[in-house]
Amino acid sequence: MTALVISEHNNEELKSVTLNTVTAAKELDEEVHILVAGKDCSGVAEAASKIEGVSKVLLVDSDEYEHCLAENISTLVSKISGEYNYILAPTTTSGKNFMPRVAALLDVSQISDICAIEGPDTFQRPIYAGNCIATVKTADEKKVITVRTTAFDATPAESGSADIVSLEEVHDAGISEFIKEELAQSDRPELTAADVIISGGRGMQNGENFSLLEGIADKLGAAIGASRAAVDSGFVPNDYQVGQTGKIVAPNLYIAVGISGAIQHLAGMKDSKVIVAINKDEDAPIFQVADYGLVGDLFDVVPELEGKI
Amino acid sequence: MKILIPIKRVVDYNVKVRPMADESGVDLNNVKMAINPFCEIAVEEAVRLKESGVAEEIISVTIGSTAAQEQLRTSLALGADRAILIETDSEVEPLGVAKLLKAVVEKENPDLIIMGKQAIDGDNNQTGQKLAALLGYPQATFASELSINDGKAEVTREIDGGLQTVSVNLPAIVTTDLRLNEPRYASLPNIMKAKSKPLDVMQASDLGVDISPRISTLKVTLPPEREAGVIVETVDELVDKLKNEAKVIS
Repeated sequence: MTALVISEHNNEELKSVTLNTVTAAKELDEEVHILVAGKDCSGVAEAASKIEGVSKVLLVDSDEYEHCLAENISTLVSKISGEYNYILAPTTTSGKNFMPRVAALLDVSQISDICAIEGPDTFQRPIYAGNCIATVKTADEKKVITVRTTAFDATPAESGSADIVSLEEVHDAGISEFIKEELAQSDRPELTAADVIISGGRGMQNGENFSLLEGIADKLGAAIGASRAAVDSGFVPNDYQVGQTGKIVAPNLYIAVGISGAIQHLAGMKDSKVIVAINKDEDAPIFQVADYGLVGDLFDVVPELEGKI
Repeated sequence: MKILIPIKRVVDYNVKVRPMADESGVDLNNVKMAINPFCEIAVEEAVRLKESGVAEEIISVTIGSTAAQEQLRTSLALGADRAILIETDSEVEPLGVAKLLKAVVEKENPDLIIMGKQAIDGDNNQTGQKLAALLGYPQATFASELSINDGKAEVTREIDGGLQTVSVNLPAIVTTDLRLNEPRYASLPNIMKAKSKPLDVMQASDLGVDISPRISTLKVTLPPEREAGVIVETVDELVDKLKNEAKVIS
């Protein structure tokens, strides 16, 4: 049997989270296919065909998949699901949106956000904001899974040579419509793919002060993140949020600035390799997970740090 | 317009839970319980739609033990008009919950279903999407803005790269994200009033739905602990550690 990975892309570029998801798929099944559904997305299919260990790319190029509306993509995936044991997607807002819909159409209990594979039907997944890890076993024959991409390495995508097969599958439910998208424009790496992240919290006091983090981010090639408190206060947009219900990250270096460390924030970053915390409150819980803590006023420490790295 | 708000009783978000000693599950003895924060946002949004004249009736529903009546009463105190408890003592998976809710939707015929995007216990983020699939309804998940016009809901959604706006035909399912609104507190008079609002109880087994579990939990453990770090005194020391000890910057 075969595993099917639903690729994530913007019709132009294949998102790197797909490569981590393929790694999980390869642990589960010998043969891995990948679905590229979108509009004018043949370039994405080309990129997907180079992923090592993928034997077939299913390309569905049609208007109704342009924005990955859950109603349309879930019907498509359920219709082509016949030969697949496993259907996997990354735990991104896109995967979280359509995969449960796929699972329900197939009458399957989805396994969300797996962080380890213990056997063909047994997985580990975080619960309660990652305060506990549940090992779960599914009785469903078809397994619908979303993958915590930080828990799996990326499969190289250079030397593969999968066949690209075009499918004519048009499923427009006609009940939902894309209106618009406002996407952040940034030259910085994406949070979920960055090697280094510097995040600010309530201690930043306002949005303008986030510019203090930019100097360090420029020097280290870092992405900029934030705690929920900073997003709720309107300092930065929602796509900065790291945490239980925001983005889950695990960079080599995570620098938390003015973040107290609520369990919901820790849930999103505590798998980072090295954590640095800068906070003026020495009792802040962030210091309990930090490898290096510096107690001090961020408005003194951050400019000094920028000058010395 | 009639709005259905499915809600869930969960461990309070401030509680740091631990596995039971035998690793058979999460230790919930004497733990403070509350309405799931995302469900609270759903209740608030429904109440605002009623206050602005868009909605006439709000029905809250939950699936759980008798104790979950407490969270239904909270929803009534916040502004729901009546409540339904689908009683069961067994743990129901998102798929089973969606099937039970489908039965309620078919009975009540709401125009809009607003619910939390995820419960903070299982962190599954599935039920709304599954309910939408089973009903053949459109879905607008992770909502940060909602408006109703001409039989459609226009919803701004929080997505990884920023914001996306979609329009969905009613009836539809909307799941809430954190910034949809800031829920109010229930006032004392409203808490008193909630005690006399209708709360129907039905048995999950009477709804003729297969909710037998597909997933079994083999064990629940603590995640790997991070080793305690060190407090550095100066920026120089921090930079030195990052360069020479952790080797994460050069």
